[in-house]
Amino acid sequence: MKYVDEFRDPAAARALLRRIDDLAEQLERPLRVMEICGSHTHTIYRHGLEHLLPEWIEFIHGPGCPVCVIPMGRIDDALWLARQPDVILTTFGDMMRVPGSEESLLQVRATGADVRFVYSPLDALPIARDNPDKQVVFFAVGFETTAPSTAVTLERARGEGLANFCVFSNHVTTEQPLRAIVDGGETQIDAFIGPGHVASVVGVHAFDFLAEEFNRPVVVTGFEPLDVLQAVAMLLEQFTSGEVAAGRATVQNQYARVVRSDGNVVAQRLMDRVFRTRDTFEWRGLGWIEHSGLGISPEYAAWDAEERFAVPGVRVADPPACECGSVLTGRIKPWQCRVFGTACTPATPIGTCMVSPEGACAAYYNFGRLDRETANAVTIRE
Amino acid sequence: MCLGVPAEVIAIPESGEPRARVAISGVERTVATDLIAAEELRAGDWVLVHVGFALSRIDAEEAAITLEQIRRLGGTVLDDELAAFGRSAID
Ligand code: SF4
Repeated sequence: MKYVDEFRDPAAARALLRRIDDLAEQLERPLRVMEICGSHTHTIYRHGLEHLLPEWIEFIHGPGCPVCVIPMGRIDDALWLARQPDVILTTFGDMMRVPGSEESLLQVRATGADVRFVYSPLDALPIARDNPDKQVVFFAVGFETTAPSTAVTLERARGEGLANFCVFSNHVTTEQPLRAIVDGGETQIDAFIGPGHVASVVGVHAFDFLAEEFNRPVVVTGFEPLDVLQAVAMLLEQFTSGEVAAGRATVQNQYARVVRSDGNVVAQRLMDRVFRTRDTFEWRGLGWIEHSGLGISPEYAAWDAEERFAVPGVRVADPPACECGSVLTGRIKPWQCRVFGTACTPATPIGTCMVSPEGACAAYYNFGRLDRETANAVTIRE
Repeated sequence: MCLGVPAEVIAIPESGEPRARVAISGVERTVATDLIAAEELRAGDWVLVHVGFALSRIDAEEAAITLEQIRRLGGTVLDDELAAFGRSAID
């Protein structure tokens, strides 16, 4: 097990892998486990976890990378905002390289638009204070981990009466895309590795619907390789104990050292006040999903970029070569995309999954480059 | 942008603002503590920082494990995060 020696605790990893092997032998059929969060995808590829697990357990990479799920139309909207006179567009560094239908934010900046990347949404506020004759727009993306930070920033802008600041909200929630995936039937997922940081905000119970309505076990998990292996063991136990067969799948918390079962109530209240749930929102690869996006609430409408500007909001189909949608829904693996590693690389991304380090294609390109068959042929296991 | 990076609290500003002075691998910056407002923070505590906000309090052991893990993610993941953190202007 060549990778295992790199683990913080190789002995614990070996013991866990033995336990997983034992459990897997009791399975009645192969299992497909979706890790929802892109940071887990990163851990899995970096540490070669899928090659360490028994054949019958397959990881499917889920839609939990905020950069990856942004549809091209919203990038084009951000580009349109950046091109407006006297606008300074601010956003996270990863968003700068995401291709729109003609160019990326990095490219419009090269042609003179004022686009600045910030580490925190709060960093956009001093830019607004220092440029009273400009409109400063924050292009916000992210799941429930990030949305509370945008909410605090908006509250602060309102508190200060900062009139030249607004937010172009592309925040999204985890529940509805997961419903779409388990309901859609295109990809059979048997169990989920729950996103640790999202859960630290929304709480463990936010994933109860997967167990209660769909009988899919969930283990909310940390980001160490040992965390992920332990989560796999916990999921397997739910199958081998007969609980799943009896229709009693449960949500468990492997990451109790960080995640409380009710999550972060302060953050939840803030989000409820500052955001409203949109009727529908477009996702890359998943299409339009009802109640899955967070717009700005009427109370904060004065700081809503979609109220302040006539954002075009046109729908743009993904480029024909781009198969990010199929990757995000687990229909194909990154290397099955025709342009993977050739036309599409982290330096020249065609799709979103290659842009963010958490994206399945980037993670796979950086750490993997082997499929399971090849990997087994070169016997990575002992 | 999606990482949560552990940081050690160096000082709590007197101003009463929801802020903490923290250090990540020797880089010092101010972060917002609005999201953990109910909790008493002290110098020496550890927090998980995401996009300039302390997202939760963590213990020192969890912090050490997580930092080590991010280092091992390899490439420039931690360096990029630190560079961006170092440019942050939260006051
Ligand atoms: S290789 Fe590029 S285009 Fe293909 S799925 Fe991955 S990111 Fe999308």
